[in-house]
Amino acid sequence: MNRIDLAGRVALVTGGAQGIGLAIAERLLRSGAAVTVWDANEARLTKAGKVLTRLGPCETATVDVTDPRAVEASIAALVETRDTLHILVNNAGIMGKVAPTLDQSDADWTTAVDVLLHGTFWCSRAALPPMLAAGWGRIVNIASISGKEGTPNMPAYSAAKAGVIGLTKSMGRELGESGISVNCITPAAIETDLIRNTSPEHHKYMLSNIPMGRFGQVEEIASLAAWLCSEDCSYTTGGVFDASGARSSY
Amino acid sequence: MTTEYDLAGRKAIVTGAAKGIGHAVAERFLKSGAKVDIWDRDGKALAAAAEELSKLGPVHPCVLDVAHGHEVEGAVDDAVDHWGGIDILVTCAGVLGQVCPTPDYPEDEWHRIIEIHLTGTFLCARAASRHMLEQGYGRIVTLSSDSGKEGTPNMPAYSAAKAGIIGLTRGMAREFATRGVTVNAISPTIIDTEMGREAAKDFGEKALSRIPMKRYGQPEEIAAMIAWLCSEEASFTSGTIFDATGGRSHY
Ligand SMILES: NC(=O)c1ccc[n+]([C@@H]2O[C@H](COP(=O)([O-])OP(=O)(O)OC[C@H]3O[C@@H](n4cnc5c(N)ncnc54)[C@H](O)[C@@H]3O)[C@@H](O)[C@H]2O)c1
Ligand SMILES: NC(=O)c1ccc[n+]([C@@H]2O[C@H](COP(=O)([O-])OP(=O)(O)OC[C@H]3O[C@@H](n4cnc5c(N)ncnc54)[C@H](O)[C@@H]3O)[C@@H](O)[C@H]2O)c1
Repeated sequence: MNRIDLAGRVALVTGGAQGIGLAIAERLLRSGAAVTVWDANEARLTKAGKVLTRLGPCETATVDVTDPRAVEASIAALVETRDTLHILVNNAGIMGKVAPTLDQSDADWTTAVDVLLHGTFWCSRAALPPMLAAGWGRIVNIASISGKEGTPNMPAYSAAKAGVIGLTKSMGRELGESGISVNCITPAAIETDLIRNTSPEHHKYMLSNIPMGRFGQVEEIASLAAWLCSEDCSYTTGGVFDASGARSSY
Repeated sequence: MTTEYDLAGRKAIVTGAAKGIGHAVAERFLKSGAKVDIWDRDGKALAAAAEELSKLGPVHPCVLDVAHGHEVEGAVDDAVDHWGGIDILVTCAGVLGQVCPTPDYPEDEWHRIIEIHLTGTFLCARAASRHMLEQGYGRIVTLSSDSGKEGTPNMPAYSAAKAGIIGLTRGMAREFATRGVTVNAISPTIIDTEMGREAAKDFGEKALSRIPMKRYGQPEEIAAMIAWLCSEEASFTSGTIFDATGGRSHY
């Protein structure tokens, strides 16, 4: 296993109570970072926190990323405790309703966009001041292959993830000389609850699109995310890093 | 402490390893525990590189032109004999070629550039992939360029070859997807090597104005990215083009 050096780094992972976010939090802790994990699901977060604190300095906080004031206050509290913030992984997400566009209600649309796109922006904006003060930062957004390709019957998810890719590129360029890099990962289907809870037909559809013929594992995304958070990722910003089992076409 | 990639015991071929990016890749691989077959056309530079690199770990040099199929086949056989197999191939051999308006671009220069970059990458990947597919494990990383994505004025052959490498990389990635062999490309903008400095003479000022980080890349930065891609845990990433352009690239 690679030994990614994040010693002395202070990191925040959103949506880290389970799935990809939990695996990322684990990997960052094992790489020597101090990690704060946020999630909206308090019960799950408490459970995850018990496992994570065994790996290194880890704190948890129940934060809903769709609430910009809560995000700002919680980042202020984090910086109060840890003095700084170097790494933000925007991972919190929901899949939204899987249904034809005509069956998507106003709320179906806004709920998904709120978590995936707005949440990513609120967290990124609030994380910038401490990163700019430190003169070093890494923002890693978990986008999706849906944001590149567009997934049928997932209009809000696809649009929000494409939005995250655009946000990544815009902030990456804006911050080019700041020492802060902003990159995103575009996974194809990864074996988490997000996937397990979908219908068998959707399951089959997702698998048929991945040339490797398997779902990705959370550890595979965590490995890439940890690398993107490290000093070794120094000449890429605004980049889209694929982890799609050879599926992506651009 | 710095980041340490786990390439312990891996057998790698790095082409164009006498200088520049290839040299930095070989160095990082050796520091990560790999055994490295270093290939280059420039015998003198390769001998010097071999002497220096062998202080870091086991190297095996081979002087060849990657555009010549029989030489590549022989060198892969040789590497397999020497190390007992091949796990990793990184294709860095390349030249900038003439910078000249397309209406005046010489036909023989077109063929030369396509042969070194595109045919050379194919020949190396073809020979090495046989062994990788047979053992069910392999990592191939090719060198494309932002020229292959954007197209560079007055460099028709280089731009076409680098775009061709993207197609070749994606095609092989899908073909090998279920067989344990990943194939990815790196797309750098100007990197501070002999070739990069030559390119900077013609394109430097304009390029720098378009690089948000306002600096050229260092070969070590490309080597770090390649080392991650060549590690075992980079297992769900294939057929992709990793950007290393200081924020310049559009896709
Ligand atoms: N699993 C996949 O196939 C896949 C593919 C591509 C992208 N992604 C993306 O990866 C990320 C993680 O997905 P996962 O598969 O691990 O999902 P998951 O459902 O297993 O975990 C997501 C976590 O985010 C939390 N969360 C949801 N809304 C939140 C909010 N408003 N505020 C704070 N926390 C919130 C959830 O409570 C949960 O713990 C998501 O952004 C997802 O879109 C997943
Ligand atoms: N430096 C840059 O700005 C830059 C940018 C984008 C892409 N690239 C690509 O990265 C790769 C490495 O470039 P570099 O900057 O390290 O160049 P470099 O000139 O520093 O090194 C290239 C090496 O390849 C060797 N070589 C050339 N033709 C060969 C052949 N036919 N057979 C065997 N060896 C051969 C040379 O002898 C040299 O040692 C090239 O494919 C190049 O196109 C470089």
